Amino acid sequence: MKNPVPAGESGGGVANAIVGTGIIVGLACLIGLPVGIGAGLYLAEFGSGRLGWIVRFVADVLNGTPSIVVGIFAWTWLVKPMGHFSALAGSVALAILMVPMLARTTEEMVRLVPHSLREAALALGYPRWRTSLRIVARTALAGIVTSSLVGVARIAGETAPLLFTALGNLNFTTHILEPMQALSLQIYTYATGPFDEWHRLAWAAAIVLMGLVLLLAVAARSAIRQGPPHGAAR
Amino acid sequence: MTALPIEPVPAPEPRWRALRGVNAGDRIYRGTLTVLAVTLPLLLLALVGELVVSAWPAIRRFGPHFLWTSVWDPVAGVFGAAPMIFGTIASSLLALVIAVPLSLGVAIFLTEFAPKRVRQPIAFLVELLAAIPSVVYGLWGVFVLIPFLRAQVVPPLRVVLGWTPFFDGVFYGNSLLAGGVILAIMIVPYIAAVSREVLLAVPGSQREAALGMGATRWEAVWTAVVPYGRAGLIGAIILGLGRALGETMAVTMLIGNRHDIGLSVLQPAYTMAAAIANEFSEATTNLYLSALFEVGLLLFVITVVVNALARLLIWQVARGTAVGSRAL
Repeated sequence: MKNPVPAGESGGGVANAIVGTGIIVGLACLIGLPVGIGAGLYLAEFGSGRLGWIVRFVADVLNGTPSIVVGIFAWTWLVKPMGHFSALAGSVALAILMVPMLARTTEEMVRLVPHSLREAALALGYPRWRTSLRIVARTALAGIVTSSLVGVARIAGETAPLLFTALGNLNFTTHILEPMQALSLQIYTYATGPFDEWHRLAWAAAIVLMGLVLLLAVAARSAIRQGPPHGAAR
Repeated sequence: MTALPIEPVPAPEPRWRALRGVNAGDRIYRGTLTVLAVTLPLLLLALVGELVVSAWPAIRRFGPHFLWTSVWDPVAGVFGAAPMIFGTIASSLLALVIAVPLSLGVAIFLTEFAPKRVRQPIAFLVELLAAIPSVVYGLWGVFVLIPFLRAQVVPPLRVVLGWTPFFDGVFYGNSLLAGGVILAIMIVPYIAAVSREVLLAVPGSQREAALGMGATRWEAVWTAVVPYGRAGLIGAIILGLGRALGETMAVTMLIGNRHDIGLSVLQPAYTMAAAIANEFSEATTNLYLSALFEVGLLLFVITVVVNALARLLIWQVARGTAVGSRAL
């Protein structure tokens, strides 16, 4: 839980990177989760028309986009006009990676909700939007949580989009408009550096990052297994 | 015909209005979701537009020569992406050569041969491999894989195949081979997961028919199950290829980053993604930056084409089921 020390000195830690990853990923979730889940709900509820087809196709295309390309896109969009690197730009890049994936998985989870539930709610005089939110989305909640966790796990370890956005920072900062360190960036710097001490820190940071990502993956898996009421999700 | 006198319709009671299809809440709900959904196409348009605009100076300057010139000289302002294009394709193909037999083996084992009890745990472990961050693969590659290749793999390879141009030259560690092997490890979980879903989608009757004809289980797999799912399996492989093409961090750390085209896998090479990662923050001139954007644009176009192809093939096998999209 220490901050880094100058090269050549022993000791030091990656506290700034752990906090940085937390902030960058958290902010990415704030941006990405509503858009991704909303788009997924749209696809499941109203997505049978032409717009639905386009959105689905675009989500698949964006899903396969190399993360480094998203990184340089975020650079031209946010870093260049603002004139400096920032954690916010990193979060936006990560959110762009997260949204298409989330949209598609949310759609699938919501589609698994049996039609009879929806019909029952409509027959009781519920308007469509309340049916959709309070019955359908609620039933699919475990599935949606799962896909969110999988999405977070995927972006938490991303490095390439952060190279030219969050940049990295040797100091501790919580200011989202400044460059910020992230675990993945720190591993990259330390692993490619020449010092043995750095290499040891890189392994340590890797363990922390792996622990975080695997925890999310396992949490996602157990959320699937518990399943929502009515056995709607797999 | 005389029109019947129409009596004024009494205003419906509020209760009725709520029951009829559209009310204000519905409109707001649908509108909000539509706006969120439309973000995606707008994002794609912005992405493509931004890339093209930023790459335009380089496109205008070098034209199609950009694709087959192998000079990359920031000082003289001459840029050609041939070594990177070559390196990207070569490392991805090398990865496929290693990963395809392995991941198809895993998928076939998991769907056809493995005892029921171990199927889920193994499938889960394979999926966990996909969750490991790329930079961690890179770290592992630098400190574990390269020493292993240098000590255990390259010497025997050289003895057996040293006479071919593919294993020529001195092996320093960072090389096409190291990049290809790490890519292979990274794409196995993707190919295995999608292939497994494709194989699960093959109807049981195909298997039973082959077994009923007296085929062994092995023969049933190769004569009935695999041919039935062939398009989907090819789709899975191409999906893996798409991943490999765009992979950045691990490859950057292992491939050696040299602007060269050589046949030997023991030599350093370069990929498009690695070039962007390494040089983007050092690009001093506008033309340099623009050339890197053009590399990014090329990479984007290639991966989109590859992914679209993969999806078409997977849809062919699994029409109506959610195969493919789920594994991603």
